[in-house]
Amino acid sequence: MQSVIRTHLESVSSHSCYATELSFINSSTRRRSPPEWIMKTFCSVWLLLSLVELRPALPVSQETPLACRGPADPALQQPETPEEMDTTGDLEPTHYPARRAATVALHYLNTRHGSPYRVFGLQQVHKASAEDVAAGGRKYSLDFSVTTSPSGSAGPALRCSAEVLFPRTEQHTPPDVQLNCEALQQLNSTAEDEAFYQKYITPDSAVSAQYLPDSYGNMSEDMQPFWRLARVAASFIMLRESSENTEFNMAQVASITQQESSEKQLMLDYVVLLHDLPSQEIIQWKLLASWSPDSGVRVLQMEWQPRCPHATKPPN
Amino acid sequence: MKGSVMSLLVALALVAQDRLAGGQEHRSYDYTKYHTMDEISAWMNQMERENPDVVSSMIYGQTHENRNLTLLKIGFTRSTPKKAVWMDCGIHAREWISPAFCQHFVKEILGSYQTDPKVSMLFKNLDFYVTPVLNMDGYIYSWKDNTTRLWRKSRSPGTGNCTCIGTDLNRNFYANWGTVGISRNCCSAVYNGPTPLSEPEAKAVNDFLGAHQNQLLCYLTIHSYGQQILIPYGHPNISAPNYNDLMEVGLAAANAIKAVHGKSYKVGTPPDVLYALSGSSSDFARLIGIPYTFTVELRDEGHYSFLLPEDQIQPTCEEAYQGAMSIINYIHDKNFRGSASTVTATLWTTLVASWISSANVF
Repeated sequence: MQSVIRTHLESVSSHSCYATELSFINSSTRRRSPPEWIMKTFCSVWLLLSLVELRPALPVSQETPLACRGPADPALQQPETPEEMDTTGDLEPTHYPARRAATVALHYLNTRHGSPYRVFGLQQVHKASAEDVAAGGRKYSLDFSVTTSPSGSAGPALRCSAEVLFPRTEQHTPPDVQLNCEALQQLNSTAEDEAFYQKYITPDSAVSAQYLPDSYGNMSEDMQPFWRLARVAASFIMLRESSENTEFNMAQVASITQQESSEKQLMLDYVVLLHDLPSQEIIQWKLLASWSPDSGVRVLQMEWQPRCPHATKPPN
Repeated sequence: MKGSVMSLLVALALVAQDRLAGGQEHRSYDYTKYHTMDEISAWMNQMERENPDVVSSMIYGQTHENRNLTLLKIGFTRSTPKKAVWMDCGIHAREWISPAFCQHFVKEILGSYQTDPKVSMLFKNLDFYVTPVLNMDGYIYSWKDNTTRLWRKSRSPGTGNCTCIGTDLNRNFYANWGTVGISRNCCSAVYNGPTPLSEPEAKAVNDFLGAHQNQLLCYLTIHSYGQQILIPYGHPNISAPNYNDLMEVGLAAANAIKAVHGKSYKVGTPPDVLYALSGSSSDFARLIGIPYTFTVELRDEGHYSFLLPEDQIQPTCEEAYQGAMSIINYIHDKNFRGSASTVTATLWTTLVASWISSANVF
């Protein structure tokens, strides 16, 4: 990367500009006499302009933003595919391509094994690699660790391996995940899950709340399992909507309304606010989820809710 | 009976005197809670009033809604210009932990410069320019009600056909503006504005940094969330000339952070660890020659995202403070070696003298 800038400097700048720029960077404590300062400013501006000119004009997005656009349309303007997106082989674990793929694996893990007293969070990516596949997609191989909430970093970390396939198709296709975590089969429904279920499966139970957590990040202890259930249910949506250009987290539960229990399942109407990192958009989804200790979480209905002044119709 | 009442009264008097004597104690301000803009403005006035020798305020622009953009200038006064460190918080309205950190930072340095020789040295050789909330209009809007909490941008109206409000201030600077990581749709959260520096908030920072570029050694801008220390540039094809140095300083800061509460902060350029972007304030700062520019993304990593619980304010600020001081101390020591070498010389002289006196060679 250093060589890129150096080559560019040499090719574009006059030698004096290059020398001034370099010497300025290397000895920022040197007192600069006025002519030198002017020279430095001129060179910096010239350099900046030359850099901007040299770069081919990158496509910029005219698309309606994600919050209005709704499910899984191509994200905002991206750079030419970053090197890591195209390289076959090892990926840097702390860089975003590995992390986004691991986040997708995490969403999948939560849909399968999440509960009111167990939400998985990404702790660390240990190793990652990627390769293009024949059908025209990209497959990531991941070795990573997860923590569970409520215990968080205080509790044990689970080691997982996963393969995440992002199909590169015209229309968005959800990623495919194969996942294996150690000791996952031993993770039974906890006593707290059972107690929670017994408490709220009663016929007269009608929990409802808004904005969890509140603006200050606070949430009563009673409402935390409901928040975690929302987080698990939202994982179904986040999983479905994910691509290599997205990175979803649940920002807030806008509302929760308990519906009449059906077939021994807790039934919960949620409105959740999802945050996508690259576009920085907040996307609102309404969903109906069911849960019981035996069946796990299922999402029965989901509906994108556009939030913008001139709402465009959802694609479906 | 009388004796015990007397001793109780004496004890109370001593406690009261102790509290009054602790002049830097800001007992009424709770640094572990999120504060409204009014509370923060009042707090800034209080900091200036209570520390007149080392704190002054400067108005350096106006927001779109005509609020004064104010910073606190902190350090020992000197007639000649000093080198300086810039810190801004709250460019993005919903990142409430960020202004909380700026307040914590100011509290810490004001509370320690009289007792900690390192901080005293910083006050001697540097000025700190701290803006606790840059995007005041956006921040106030995010406090309006539950539906506005997750607002990000400024509050300027859309231009032309656009009916949406706001520009992403951190895409509005003249630094590869409009090339990558932005949207030209003004409803987007990363709309970079009709033109560079269209937003008065960005313009104010631009002008201040430009006017002080010879003094500024360090530019720090505080955000959330993600737990990252980002170095220039946001554009994937451009590299800072001092990339290696920046990475080293960043990694040292991440280590300092980890030592406090075990949290991992990733270090790198945005195109590597986050996403490519353009028009950011830190890219601009680096481009005009401020050597050490960092964007810090505070807690968490997505669990609560922007709605970081108040009980995490203190630990987050504690670790971030160590990270910031790691960077600031490095830069200080690099630029003001004189003081350190005097100490070293004295030490060596003392050692040699004691060796000579203890050796019986003569």
